Amino acid sequence: MVGVVNSQVVFERPAAMSSVATHYCPGCTHGVAHRLVAEVLDEMGLVEKTVGVASVGCSVFAYNYFDCDFVEAAHGRAPAMATGVKRMLPDRVVFTYQGDGDLASIGMGEIVHAAARGENITVIFINNANYGMTGGQMAPTTLPGQKTTSSPAGRDVEQMGFPIRTAELLATLEGAGYVVRRSLHDPKNIRLAKKAVRLAFETQVRGLGFSMVELLSTCPTNWGINPVDSLQWVEDHMVPAFPLGDYKVADAVAQIRLR
Amino acid sequence: MPKELLKGNIAMAEAAIRAGLEGYFGYPITPQTELLEWMSARMPELGRVFLQAESELAAINMVYGAACTGARVMTSSSSPGVSLMMEGLSYIAGTEIPVVLIDVMRGGPGLGNIAPAQSDYNQIVHGGGHGDYFPIVLAPSSVQEAIDLTVLAFDLAEKYRTIVVVLADGSIGQMMEPAELPPMKPLKTTRPEWATTGATNREKRVLSSIYLQPEQEEITNLRLLKRLEEIEANEIRYKSYYLEDAEFVVVGFGTAGRVALSAVRMARAEGLKVGLLRPITLNPFPIAQLRQITDQVKAFLVVEMNSGQMLLDVQRATMGQAPVEFYGRLGGVVPFPDEILAEIRRIATTNEYATNGFVRRNWLRRLETLVDGGE
Ligand SMILES: Cc1ncc(C[n+]2csc(CCOP(=O)(O)OP(=O)(O)O)c2C)c(N)n1
Repeated sequence: MVGVVNSQVVFERPAAMSSVATHYCPGCTHGVAHRLVAEVLDEMGLVEKTVGVASVGCSVFAYNYFDCDFVEAAHGRAPAMATGVKRMLPDRVVFTYQGDGDLASIGMGEIVHAAARGENITVIFINNANYGMTGGQMAPTTLPGQKTTSSPAGRDVEQMGFPIRTAELLATLEGAGYVVRRSLHDPKNIRLAKKAVRLAFETQVRGLGFSMVELLSTCPTNWGINPVDSLQWVEDHMVPAFPLGDYKVADAVAQIRLR
Repeated sequence: MPKELLKGNIAMAEAAIRAGLEGYFGYPITPQTELLEWMSARMPELGRVFLQAESELAAINMVYGAACTGARVMTSSSSPGVSLMMEGLSYIAGTEIPVVLIDVMRGGPGLGNIAPAQSDYNQIVHGGGHGDYFPIVLAPSSVQEAIDLTVLAFDLAEKYRTIVVVLADGSIGQMMEPAELPPMKPLKTTRPEWATTGATNREKRVLSSIYLQPEQEEITNLRLLKRLEEIEANEIRYKSYYLEDAEFVVVGFGTAGRVALSAVRMARAEGLKVGLLRPITLNPFPIAQLRQITDQVKAFLVVEMNSGQMLLDVQRATMGQAPVEFYGRLGGVVPFPDEILAEIRRIATTNEYATNGFVRRNWLRRLETLVDGGE
């Protein structure tokens, strides 16, 4: 076995991820987002001091996939629950993992106030332009004209209003230390997303206030298109509507140098 | 500790602090607000957590998260705010973690008013949030009792991993009485074996109210019920007055029970054989205690500051074995002792009791006459 001598591990499951198969649909980017968070927890050595807050949506079982303590919030209330955990355990790392229905619709009040308070938590925000778990209804992020199971003729902005750009909205708040939008539709963007997740956790660990990474994500099952076309759909339709970028990087965060 | 002249809301807040409260999350609402204000000054002074939430919805979910860390935590509110907390209370119950809630009830429904009422009985005692769950409910009728029950609430919550509600009303919250505060307890230094505090040198822990398999959820529900049985066996509390020879027994909790006691004393002075049973735990309800005296009494009179929410529990306890009459004032009106005395006299002298189905109807006719000034 001569070849084996020179072999080296170049890719493996992050230690922070439990060794179980996820329940996510093929092609869904929730798994990618999970992985990025797990890699960052590993790199920063945070697994043993982190409490995750799962939300209601497809990621409701996130607690099964991470090797850290977890609590499960009510729909939309993860930022409030995370606030309770963090205030009692200020030396722990607390993150929420929320979908767009959870965060930007039913939980809009909780997320805005957590950001306004400069709550020292990290929010991973999955924007997939619909309500995944309940079968693809219109979300506050659904694009104008986009067909969903509750906007079968396409989102009519006259009746149903316009999509909400959450990162931009939260960036106006002084309590926000780090608020950015990234996308998971190709390797380059995934690498950028990873960096952002890292910076978000660095922001928290340094006590620099509220941090959120909004991640444009796919939902092939409910969009009714295959995984590859879904990635293309993100690039063609979601990126123009939800521009990628840094919306709030507090001065102290901008000075963080990694490695 | 010496007795001091204390306002109910502040007395409950300070009692909670002395019971070892580590975190408070709340939102202002009359007639409870002084409790939150007291916390806002005292908790930071002691290096403990105080946070004014953006709503009661957020407050109860902050408490939910804080309780998951195993710390002693609480919130307080009044009726409309408590309505907003129902979702969180159900989740907390489903997660089986200890939380204390003080509800200083006011008149309703809707925005209602800020006067004392007891119309949250059903939403607190019989649920209000979804699912089958059973908080322990403690009903004080004086500032001293509000202090004592607040302290007890934390011990019971932790002992049974349950929600404990101190169900007070606007007059308990607002009135000043001489009362004695307990000494300051040191804060807990340990955390329970279920607390999510970060998995340092141990397996990870998950706290959740989700049981996707109905069979698992059924087991959870059974566990909650078994706990309730244990609570029923150990924790029933009530106060009785003049029951030994009573032919008529008034049943009332909190402020209504307190006013009723004055009426009962007046009736005794007139030679009427009347007593009072004042439930302190509304859940568990003193069913056996009521049943026990049912043979001895000619009639019960339930007095409440609502339309007869506890009446149904008293009827259930007495199982039709004795007539149960009712007198209630509504919408924030507190009954005077002589109103209740008039009811006691009526019952004791006429021997005419409504059959259970007509109890509320007959009371309504009497109340209408009273409210219309007898027109
Ligand atoms: C109070 C409440 N309302 C509604 C629901 C039903 N529900 C479950 S998940 C969900 C939508 C989640 O969508 P999103 O947050 O976008 O996450 P995704 O599933 O797309 O990841 C809804 C409406 C619920 N569980 N609780």
